[in-house]
Amino acid sequence: MTILLLAEHDNQSLKPDTGKALSAALAMGSNVDVLVAGAGCQAVAAAAAELMGVSKVLVADDATYGHQLPENLSKLIVDIAADYSHIVASASSVAKDCLPRVAALLDVAQVSEIVAVIDPETFVRPIYAGNALATVKSLDDTRVITVRASAFEQAAGGNNADVVALTQVIAPMSEWVSQALTESSRPELASAGIVVSGGRGVGSRENFALLEQLADKLGAALGASRAAVDAGYVPNDLQVGQTGKIVAPSLYIAVGISGAIQHLAGMKDSKVIVAINKDADAPIFQVADYGLTADLFEAIPELINLI
Amino acid sequence: MKILVPIKRVVDSNVKVRVMSDGSGVDASHLKMAINPFCEIAVEQAVRLKEAGVATEVVVVTVGGKPSQEQIRSAMALGADRGIQVEADDSLLPIDIAKCLAAVQQQEQAQLIILGKQSIDGDNNQTGQMLAALLDLPQACFASDVSISDNQLSVTREIDGGLQSLTMALPAIVTADLRLNEPRYAKLPDIMKAKRKPLDVLTLESIGVTLKSHQHLVSVSAPAVRQAGVMVSSVAELVEKLKHEAKVI
Repeated sequence: MTILLLAEHDNQSLKPDTGKALSAALAMGSNVDVLVAGAGCQAVAAAAAELMGVSKVLVADDATYGHQLPENLSKLIVDIAADYSHIVASASSVAKDCLPRVAALLDVAQVSEIVAVIDPETFVRPIYAGNALATVKSLDDTRVITVRASAFEQAAGGNNADVVALTQVIAPMSEWVSQALTESSRPELASAGIVVSGGRGVGSRENFALLEQLADKLGAALGASRAAVDAGYVPNDLQVGQTGKIVAPSLYIAVGISGAIQHLAGMKDSKVIVAINKDADAPIFQVADYGLTADLFEAIPELINLI
Repeated sequence: MKILVPIKRVVDSNVKVRVMSDGSGVDASHLKMAINPFCEIAVEQAVRLKEAGVATEVVVVTVGGKPSQEQIRSAMALGADRGIQVEADDSLLPIDIAKCLAAVQQQEQAQLIILGKQSIDGDNNQTGQMLAALLDLPQACFASDVSISDNQLSVTREIDGGLQSLTMALPAIVTADLRLNEPRYAKLPDIMKAKRKPLDVLTLESIGVTLKSHQHLVSVSAPAVRQAGVMVSSVAELVEKLKHEAKVI
């Protein structure tokens, strides 16, 4: 059984989640090829070839794949799918967009956001916003799977796999117009070791500066609840939860967040959870390892001073 | 133009579900059910496009058991013109649902299909993409803004790290993200009117869909419960515990 792993990248660098999805793929079988599809993505292919456990790296380097639009990417993957028993990717926005399309073209079901591999056909995945874990056995010949990266360890480096170029080019179906990415010097939310998150209780966009100071002091990523995003305090790609990012850092600090089930779905697998809230009855305290009932405007500056 | 909006009946998003003790699934038998929140946003978007004069008809469709007709009625109370129920088991996988929807689209020939990005029960986030693949149509998933002019669809999508804008020719498929719009509440007169709107019931045989077995649900279990935490009385104590007890900073 050979496994195809779709690399997650921005044409310049390979995202760490690819290494975590690789660990999941290696639990399904020992033979893993990585597909790097993009434009001007040779550096990404070189980085993928260094990951321990990769047999070979396939590179589809063409303007058609530059923005990894699902119409083109799915046809490329289906073209080479016959060689593979599993098609795997970390559950990034690109993979969530593309892999179901691949599955439907192959007439198979997809298993989304697995958190454990039981055997090459059986996987565990959360359902109902993480309130239940389903163990499912795939009966399809080709298994299309997305991986919740936060549930797996990063694969080691030091490999030197072959890099092979693919030449198929697919006619585009939709047109990319523009992209507006949030600029940030902080670590990426999904892979950060520490996350500082703010909710409605923070009160305003200006007040979020206080959390940014704390995040910078800790070298942490900044996150937010849906309430904070909807109120316009922060951009929506910082949202942690069922509909936003799923994170599992070693330390998650929730400030002014009540702890609705949709938010907990995105962070309850964090190693240590700290909650700072002035409402002693907030549900967040039920999952927090350390809770502090306090006004955040007094507690956060003091916290910044003490660490 | 016609807009087709597939919707799903799910456990209300505010209800915390319980895993059945025999591990066979989640006990949803006595829980409050509702339209999946993302589907509600899809219905709202379709109705707004109709109000703006872009669309002429909004058709909602669901694949599921008879009780899901309630959710079709709710969608019609929000402004959809008619409904279709494809009579099927409630436990169908997204690939099966997508096949049923593709068959309905062959009959309806809608110019635009708007779905929710995921249902909050299965959390799969697959059906819209699969439907697009089966129909060989372009897709715009996780949409936070949609506009249509000259048979061209322009969509802003929520992606990791920010926003992306795409244009594509119709017919096309859009899946709605949370921030696409704020769904309206149904008014009592509209709820009464919705009872008289047409609702067709189709069967898998009548739309020519045969399903195959893709997955076996081995078991459903409750996630591990977190150890109870401690309340600290001061910031100093918190920092002390994080440094020396949890050793995370």
